[in-house]
Amino acid sequence: MGIIRWLSQLLLVWFLFAPGLVSAQVEDSEAQQLLTQLAESSFAAKKDVINQIAGSGDERARGWLEAFAANKLGRIESSGDFIIVLKNRGRNWTVASALTGENLGELSRRDIDTIRVNNSLRNELEGILSVIDLKSPDKGKRLSAARALKGSVDGSLAERLPELIEAEESGSVQAALTEALAIYQVEELGDVAAVAVLSGSLNSEARAALQQATRSDDPQLVSAAKIALKSIEQKLKLNRAAETLYFGLSLGSVLVLAAIGLAITFGVMGVINMAHGELIMLGAYTTWGMQQLLPGQPGLALILSIPAGFLVAAMAGIAIERSVIQHLKGRPLETLLATFGISLILQQLVRTVISPLNRTVVTPDWMSGSVMINEALSLTLNRMYVIGFALVVFAGLMLIMRKTRLGLEVRAVTQNRAMARSMGIRATRVDILTFGLGSGVAGLAGVALSQITNVGPNLGQSYIIDSFMVVVFGGVGNLWGTLLAGLSLGTINQLLEPWAGAVLAKIMVLVLIILFIQKRPRGLFPQKGRAAEG
Amino acid sequence: MSIFQEMTNRDRVFEFLVPEHSPVDVRHGGILYLEDVSVSFDGFKAINNLNLTIDDGELRCIIGPNGAGKTTMMDIITGKTRPDTGSVWFGSRHNLLRMNEPDIASLGIGRKFQKPTVFEALTVFENLELAMATDKRVLPTLTSKLAGEQRDRIDEVLTLIGLAPLRDREAGILSHGQKQWLEIGMLLMQKPRLLLVDEPVAGMTEQEMERTAELLTSLAGKQSVVVVEHDMGFVRSIARKVTVLHQGSVLAEGTMDQVSNDPEVVKVYLGEEA
Amino acid sequence: MWLTKPFQERSTQIFLGVLFAALAVVTVLHLTMPKDSALYVSSYTVTLLGKYLCYALLAVAVDLVWGYLGILSLGHGAFFALGGYAMGMYLMRQIGDRGVYGDPILPDFMVFLNWQELPWYWHGFDMAWFAFIMVLLAPGLLALVFGFLAFRSRVTGVYLSIITQALTFALMLAFFRNEMGFGGNNGLTDFKDILGFDLRTNATRLGLFIASGIALAIGYVICRAIVTSKLGRVSVACRDAEARTRFLGYRVERVQLFVFVISAMLAGVAGALYVPQVGIINPSEFSPLFSIEIVVWVALGGRATLYGAVIGALLVNYAKTVFTGVMPDAWLFALGGLFVLVTVFLPKGIAGLLSKRKKADRRDDSDDKDASGAAQEATA
Repeated sequence: MGIIRWLSQLLLVWFLFAPGLVSAQVEDSEAQQLLTQLAESSFAAKKDVINQIAGSGDERARGWLEAFAANKLGRIESSGDFIIVLKNRGRNWTVASALTGENLGELSRRDIDTIRVNNSLRNELEGILSVIDLKSPDKGKRLSAARALKGSVDGSLAERLPELIEAEESGSVQAALTEALAIYQVEELGDVAAVAVLSGSLNSEARAALQQATRSDDPQLVSAAKIALKSIEQKLKLNRAAETLYFGLSLGSVLVLAAIGLAITFGVMGVINMAHGELIMLGAYTTWGMQQLLPGQPGLALILSIPAGFLVAAMAGIAIERSVIQHLKGRPLETLLATFGISLILQQLVRTVISPLNRTVVTPDWMSGSVMINEALSLTLNRMYVIGFALVVFAGLMLIMRKTRLGLEVRAVTQNRAMARSMGIRATRVDILTFGLGSGVAGLAGVALSQITNVGPNLGQSYIIDSFMVVVFGGVGNLWGTLLAGLSLGTINQLLEPWAGAVLAKIMVLVLIILFIQKRPRGLFPQKGRAAEG
Repeated sequence: MSIFQEMTNRDRVFEFLVPEHSPVDVRHGGILYLEDVSVSFDGFKAINNLNLTIDDGELRCIIGPNGAGKTTMMDIITGKTRPDTGSVWFGSRHNLLRMNEPDIASLGIGRKFQKPTVFEALTVFENLELAMATDKRVLPTLTSKLAGEQRDRIDEVLTLIGLAPLRDREAGILSHGQKQWLEIGMLLMQKPRLLLVDEPVAGMTEQEMERTAELLTSLAGKQSVVVVEHDMGFVRSIARKVTVLHQGSVLAEGTMDQVSNDPEVVKVYLGEEA
Repeated sequence: MWLTKPFQERSTQIFLGVLFAALAVVTVLHLTMPKDSALYVSSYTVTLLGKYLCYALLAVAVDLVWGYLGILSLGHGAFFALGGYAMGMYLMRQIGDRGVYGDPILPDFMVFLNWQELPWYWHGFDMAWFAFIMVLLAPGLLALVFGFLAFRSRVTGVYLSIITQALTFALMLAFFRNEMGFGGNNGLTDFKDILGFDLRTNATRLGLFIASGIALAIGYVICRAIVTSKLGRVSVACRDAEARTRFLGYRVERVQLFVFVISAMLAGVAGALYVPQVGIINPSEFSPLFSIEIVVWVALGGRATLYGAVIGALLVNYAKTVFTGVMPDAWLFALGGLFVLVTVFLPKGIAGLLSKRKKADRRDDSDDKDASGAAQEATA
């Protein structure tokens, strides 16, 4: 028994260092034989068979062992063919051939003999499975396998690891393996030298190992572990700060997106558009509608929604401007009331025509998931896209305002309407275009928001007050101010949240802004001089 | 006196509660001093090291091309704009830079705006009533009732400014010239020690201009008057002393004849034509 | 005396006459008509009308600041709700041990939350006089602090509107929290009696209805007294030309603060009378939508008239009752449409339509005065 085990381990090591065998397949007959052995041996002997299968270098081996561990490897009673159970709910199970992978359809579960497994085998399998991936040609697979080893290294693996580390060509895999080994050494052997490896590690297993070490009898180990833990704590704090910052930036970029259209219509035209939130909602619903039109292609639909959302919201905005706002020129308070009425109508329209319930907008694959920066910090992709999108939209608007004829005319009309008109600028046309632009940007905000919040009739309402706060905080008519205000309000909100709770944080931010306006009634970047006095 | 002493000394009131009705100190002859005043908007120097002294009872005209800083100077005196540097004194006791608009107004500085601003929703009579020099705190205003002599005073001014027939009409219906007169009337109701008058005759007919000139000259002596005006004919008809502003500072000062012969002034005023 | 001046006014006399006549008619019909008569006013209707009267008082309060001071408050619902909560706290304490849990001191929701003792700010509310003072004080203090900060730094126009909206929004979020000790989501409800009168009896309901009518009358007269005083004219001056008013020597921010606080207190009284009639107060009264709805009542009725605000509040709320009964989905369309139509086509509201005739009258009037003025001059 001991000899067989020793041999099988030797075999395993040999296989790990035999690149020639990588991704090879053993003969079906041999595979059949190995699986039969697995099925028919005692639990004790099964251990060796497992190792043989792992050592076979067969690329199907992983699937077999995984299925075995999950109680899903079996054979058909009548034919003796090995199968992997795909679905084991109900009376009939869906199965596939273990050798060819061909789907065999449904079989009565009475006709299937699953190969029995016990817990000690499962533990063995876990270690073996992680090692199998360590020989994968795919660096990503090797890395995740190496990371999975942390905390689950046993004595036998620990003996082999130094060689594995030496042979590994990728630095990051090497580091992960070294750490895995060090965790074992600290935990089981109380090795002081290995503590140094773990200092600065963000792995929770490493921290557990060090914490355990602080309770040991060896004073040298205790002090070393304490120092290491301290440096880990510091690093974790940094990571947590980075995470808060990320969430803050993400929330901030949403606020910027929602507010920047308002900054244009409010700042440039002096028009309070309370229906701005509903224009955002229209953008979000456009995304939803697009996805309904293009079922199965959420990514394409999302990309098409960007121009579509802009257009839909811009058209709606222009319609509002032409039908109502232009009749209320110079009466900002009345404009506020009228556009509020429009926002009520739009909300109710969506409730009646589409549904009062939230709609689901699918997030395409390339936007879901997250990027792992290190073991304590991973950033969700969709939020990252939203941050990027907000910056692109901001840059685009900046370009339009600074570099185009429209921007020039808009700035002229803002500063002195009568003068601009007398110089031949058609102020009405500028109004329409400005309002269309601001509303279109609201639509873009809606497209982005559809990826991170629920799309429903109340979507706009929940952002309108925040958006106004951002514009007022940043200083009316100043795009940079809006950017800075949005990002900083988002970050402040996230900073307050952990110790105040979400609702209280929001209240505190509102109070903060109210107090801030006392000090600087015209925001962070006020317009100065004569124009602002009027 | 320490704060503690102030608190325990019950027969004295807090300093900030002492009413600021102390008379203007004009023993040194001057009623308004601007010293080294500068203010800039976004890097543009609207007022640049301005020095100006107005004597008690004087009628002073201030002229200068557009952008010379005339209106900004008035804003500084009345507390609307705070200068970056310099000092502004009313008489030799009151530092205007430490007061707000209502304080300055109650101290006796009245202002007529460039664009006539009257309260259009109120009647001509009510406009004058509000301007009248009385206790302007909230509760006295709430409970105030016009006394007979106050009513007479308003009617007197109404006749003076020629708006008696329009006494109970809303000020919004008045013509531009009538609004100018109403605003001058409001200034008179305030009984200020110093009147700041920004372009009083814009939009007035020749006749109205003559009456305005008459009125302003009649005020001088009892009150100090500072007139900012573009109309040279008008300035010539009333001015004893003229100050020329240019790029936010004083370019020349003297009688109308003196300044109009000053080569610097001619250059600035007539530009390339000279 | 400035407070009695409104009684000499024709418009106030008419307003009070109509109001008291309506109160009397409803009371008489409710008490004397048999239940099956077409003229019978049910106790449900009496309470509904009482609710409308509270809304009317709230509208008058908003008109005072918006119409005469030019401050468009989108947060007056907050003052209304604070008054309501003060009254609600009194009513909660009146329940005593008749609650579900039977605790003699703690209201049901506190027992439910496992609170051991009454929070400090609930003390005193078992006494009616204290609660009634708080009805004025709580909204008054909030208005004082908020107004002091806002007016001192000269926040006006749309900025002020937006931060008043933020104020009520923040308060709504706060009152939703259970930790605040105001019943969270559910608010305060299950009231039993007020000043010893059972809230479920018809007599109490009628009493509350009449009290609301009297409160409206008093509120109207106070507002009228303010706007016809010199302070009212100063308010209008602040509204139309703030800077000019300042140069005349008036402390604009103090005028604004004074009127704003009075208005907030009136709103608080309206809320306090509203709560016992509807039987509940919860954070939804703080919602920005409610506050902005009040503004549209005033806009429909006509700004700066006070009686227009009353007409608007009654009309819109009657329409709301009808709509939500017949087709609830259409109400928001109707309300939204009302916002647009009133602002675009009827900027002076219904009162504007009515006062066209009055203008002509006034012209004759002023000619008379001119004549008398001339006569005075002649004698002088």
